[in-house]
Parts: sequence; C-alpha cells; structure tokens
Amino acid sequence: MSDEPLIRWDWIARNWANGGPTAISALLENHIVMAFLPVLLGLVVALPLGLACARWRWLYQPTAALMNVTYSLPSLVLFSIFLSVTGLTRSTVVIPLTFFALAILIPAVVDGLASVPDSVRQSAVAMGFRPARRLLRVELPVAVPVVLAGLRIATVSSISLVSVGALIGQGGLGNLFIDGWQRQFYTPIVVGIVLIVLLAVLADGLLVLAQRLLTPWSRARRTA
Amino acid sequence: MITFEDVTKRYRDGTVAVDDLSLEVPTGAITVFVGPSGCGKTTSLRMINRMIDATSGRITLNGQDVREIDPPTLRRGIGYVIQQAGLFPHRKIVDNVATVPYLLGWSKKKARARAMELLELVGLDPSLAHRYPFQLSGGQQQRVGVARALAADPPVLLMDEPFSAVDPIVRASLQDELLRLQSELRKTIVFVTHDIDEAVKLGDTVAVLRVGGRLAQMAGPATLLTEPADDFVREFLGRDRGIRRLSFISAKEVRLSPPPADLVTDEDGRPLGWRSGGGLAAYGVFNPEADSLRVALDAALLSPNGVAVAVDEEGRVRGVAGRDAIDELLAEYAPPVAGPAAGAQSSRGGPPTVGPPPGAGSSQGAPT
Repeated sequence: MSDEPLIRWDWIARNWANGGPTAISALLENHIVMAFLPVLLGLVVALPLGLACARWRWLYQPTAALMNVTYSLPSLVLFSIFLSVTGLTRSTVVIPLTFFALAILIPAVVDGLASVPDSVRQSAVAMGFRPARRLLRVELPVAVPVVLAGLRIATVSSISLVSVGALIGQGGLGNLFIDGWQRQFYTPIVVGIVLIVLLAVLADGLLVLAQRLLTPWSRARRTA
Repeated sequence: MITFEDVTKRYRDGTVAVDDLSLEVPTGAITVFVGPSGCGKTTSLRMINRMIDATSGRITLNGQDVREIDPPTLRRGIGYVIQQAGLFPHRKIVDNVATVPYLLGWSKKKARARAMELLELVGLDPSLAHRYPFQLSGGQQQRVGVARALAADPPVLLMDEPFSAVDPIVRASLQDELLRLQSELRKTIVFVTHDIDEAVKLGDTVAVLRVGGRLAQMAGPATLLTEPADDFVREFLGRDRGIRRLSFISAKEVRLSPPPADLVTDEDGRPLGWRSGGGLAAYGVFNPEADSLRVALDAALLSPNGVAVAVDEEGRVRGVAGRDAIDELLAEYAPPVAGPAAGAQSSRGGPPTVGPPPGAGSSQGAPT
C-alpha cells in the first residue's frame, strides 16, 4: 500500500459519472438534496413555531429544552429509530436532520424577533399597524439578520451530518468514506472530504450573499 | 381638544401609574407633561392613542371617547414621536416618513411625494431620502421621526421624550425647530419630558406631575416659575426661577437711549466695543424685536459700564439701554403680590413688588 498515491485521479475520472448510483456526481446530488431539504423543512416549521414561542413566552422554554435534547442525541441513534419506520430511504436521514435544523432555527427565529428594538415595535404600534401587518412588514424583516445567521449554522451542520447516513446506505458523499475505509483506499475519502467542505463553503457564501441582498440596511452596521 | 376626565391607570399588581387625572389639552398649542420618573407622564400620553387603556375615567378627543375608536384607526390620526426615533431600520428614510400614508392606502407615488415635502419641512436634505436610518446621525433620525409623525397631517401630535437621547446642542436646535414648525402648523401637541427646562421652553402650558401620577400644577411657564403651587413644584423647577422667568418677557418695551460717544462702531454701524483707556472693552447686545428681557439683562451685565447695546437684525446699533431702563421694565413685570409664598424675602421666596401679572400672552411662543 505504501506505493499507493494519496489520490488516484484516474479513479476519480472513471467514477465521476459512471451512470450508476455510486457515481460521485450522483452521490453529490444526493448529498445536496439530503442536506438542504431538512434546512428548508426546518425553516418552514421553525417560523410558525418560533412566532408562537415569541408570542407565548411560556412555550419557549419547553420547546427549547425538547429541541436541545434532540440535538444532543447522536445522529446515528435517531437514524436507527427512524430506520424502523421509514426503512432504508432518504427520509430516514432527512427527518432526523430536520429536527437538528429545528433545534437551531427555532431559537434563531425567537432571538430574531427579540432583536427587534422595543422602540421600533412601539412606534409601529403607534403608527397604527395592525398586528399581522406589523409582524410581516416590520418585525420579521427586522429579524432577518439573526434568522439568517442561524440558517447559516443549520445549513453547514446539515451538510456535514448527512455523511453519517452512509451507515444506513443513505449518506450521499458519506458513502465514499465507507467505501474508502473498507478498501483501505484513500482517494474516495479525500474526494468526499473535499466535496463536502466545498459544498459547505459554497452554501455559506450563498447565504452571506443573500443576507447582503436582503438586508442592505444592516450591512454597514455589521461591519462598523 | 383632548380632555382627561378622572383618568386612573392601575396595574394588576396594584401600582397606580396615573391617579385621578383631569385636565384639558388646548387645541393648537403645546402642552407639556413633565415630572420625575414614575409620575405617569408617559402612561398618560399613551392613553391618548390607546397604547395603554385607562382603568377608569375617560379621555376624549374632540368630544369623542377614544375608547369608542378602533385603536389602529385612532393611531393613524395621531402623530407619534418616540424617544429613540424608533425608525424602521429596514426601510429607507423616505419610506419611513411615508409609513402612515401607506397604512392609509395612499399610492406609493403620492405617499413618497408627501414624504419628500416633509423632509424639507423638518430641514433635512432630500438626498438623505434614499438612505437607511443607520446612516443618519441621532439628530437627523429624530427629525425623520418628527417628519414621519406629521406625514398624514394629523391634527394631534404626541411626543414622548423625543429629544432626550441627543446631545445638548442638537437638542436645543431640535427644540427651536419644533417651535418654528409649530408656529406654522399649529398642531395640538402633547409633549412628555423629564427636563423642566425643556418643558418651560416648549410649553404653552406645562402640567407638572408628581410620583404616583397626580397632577401637581398646570399653568403657563411664566406663571409656573413665579407661582409654583407647592414645595414639590418649587423643588422641581430648580434654581434661578426669577431670572428664567425673564425669558417670557419681550425686550421690545425696553426704553432705548441714543448710543453714547464712547461706543465704537464700524462703518456699517455694528458695535466694536466700549472705548476704555487705550483699547476696547467688552459689550453685550440684544435685539429688542426678537429677544427677551433675560437677554437684555445679560447684555447689560456683560458690559463693564452696565449698558446693553440694542441692535437690529443686521447687527447695527439702534440704541443702548442702561440698567435703569431694564429695571423699569423689571418693575413693571414684577410678579403679583398674592402668591402662595408672598412676603418671603429669600431668593426662593415670594415677590414683594407690586405690578401686573404677566399676561397669558407672554407665555406664548417663548422667545429664544
């Protein structure tokens, strides 16, 4: 093995798009879907839940506690639990990862709403906003920077956690690690690590860009 | 007109924020609620636009009980300026100002055109319109806050310590600006502050509230200074009441003498100083048309010979007034005999000199 190079480019070339389910491109695509779907679902669920927690503060502590317990569970345990329900499918990975995303996004939404200065909320009331419009036009937009900061963490952590799903055969690029370890062949492992890091950096960059575009009003304040 | 009729606000924990308050806020004038923290001034203000509802009693706006009006509708008809400006950070200045017009369903074009007019009215450069609030200074933000409150031309304006978060120089200029605006707009303004000097400067009427939400005294600022109702009001007004009261007497009636030969002027007739030995000594000026008796007295005290120089708007000498001339007017405007502290001779005490009380008119539009 000692004369084996760390990276065998010919292996990458042969396996990038070989048409089969283990092609690197197919795994990448899988990885992207399984990483982003939970964040998206998480956001859809976290918004109303976060709003409810902000509206009824007593709801927040139990929700946050439940989410933190969930977050502390090793992902593998959650995968095993859902394995008995959803079998060897993507859902077995996507559902637990959605819970992980929720654990980050619900507090982000609550903190985001709490970040709205009291003077802003008061003046919206005094100008004559009705509650629903005030929420949509003032409070949520002002909460965006904090929610986006949570979204960045949730996205990057989701991209990294998908790989664990490889243990049940649904790990996207994580499958390359299993493959590499089993054969003592490092090229797939390196490819997997590089692609996951690239994916994370790219996704994070896109979110930063989105933040710049969505909240031009807070850019200078952040850098100042 | 806004009236408070036996208004009480009691919170669930038993704290009484406002206690049986009855008063009238006259139309088209500035009424200031002033008092230490915990006196219920902000609570009283917020009960007008129903951000807080009274526990008992009623508040009427032009005869109608505010409780009969749907709160958002009521609030869109009442301008509100909050302490830290409370601008919406995610909206450009022009859209901040157009907030209420948008809520009232105006077209974007019309609302923005109106907002641009208002920016000009409050003395802001139109180039600021497309900036965001964080790009403005505190003073500018506060001006935007005033413009936003005026956007839909509400007859009533509520101002909750609007200038307390800016530095003293900016605060003074914002106060002057408000008086200038008010002389044009004649809104019914309720202004809350904890700063008695601000209250005396801005108020046509000043309501002094004490801790526990009770009205201690309500009067014009000149009356307040000469005739505080009790020790609390006297304490709260602070020192130098006699001198400060002179701010409400116009210097117009000061008897002027022709300028003496030792007043040196330039070729345009502007004063340069008093001839003294080989050089020029300091002098003080006042403009009888615009300034108060306090400024005239101050000008006299600044000159070594005790003579104040009267100038016109261009700064040219119109005459001089010695301390005797100023004293004549002081005597004429001495406080009335029958005051609550009459007879006392201390610096805080009552005024023994006979004279007509300052008319209600002298409290209008405090000269600056």
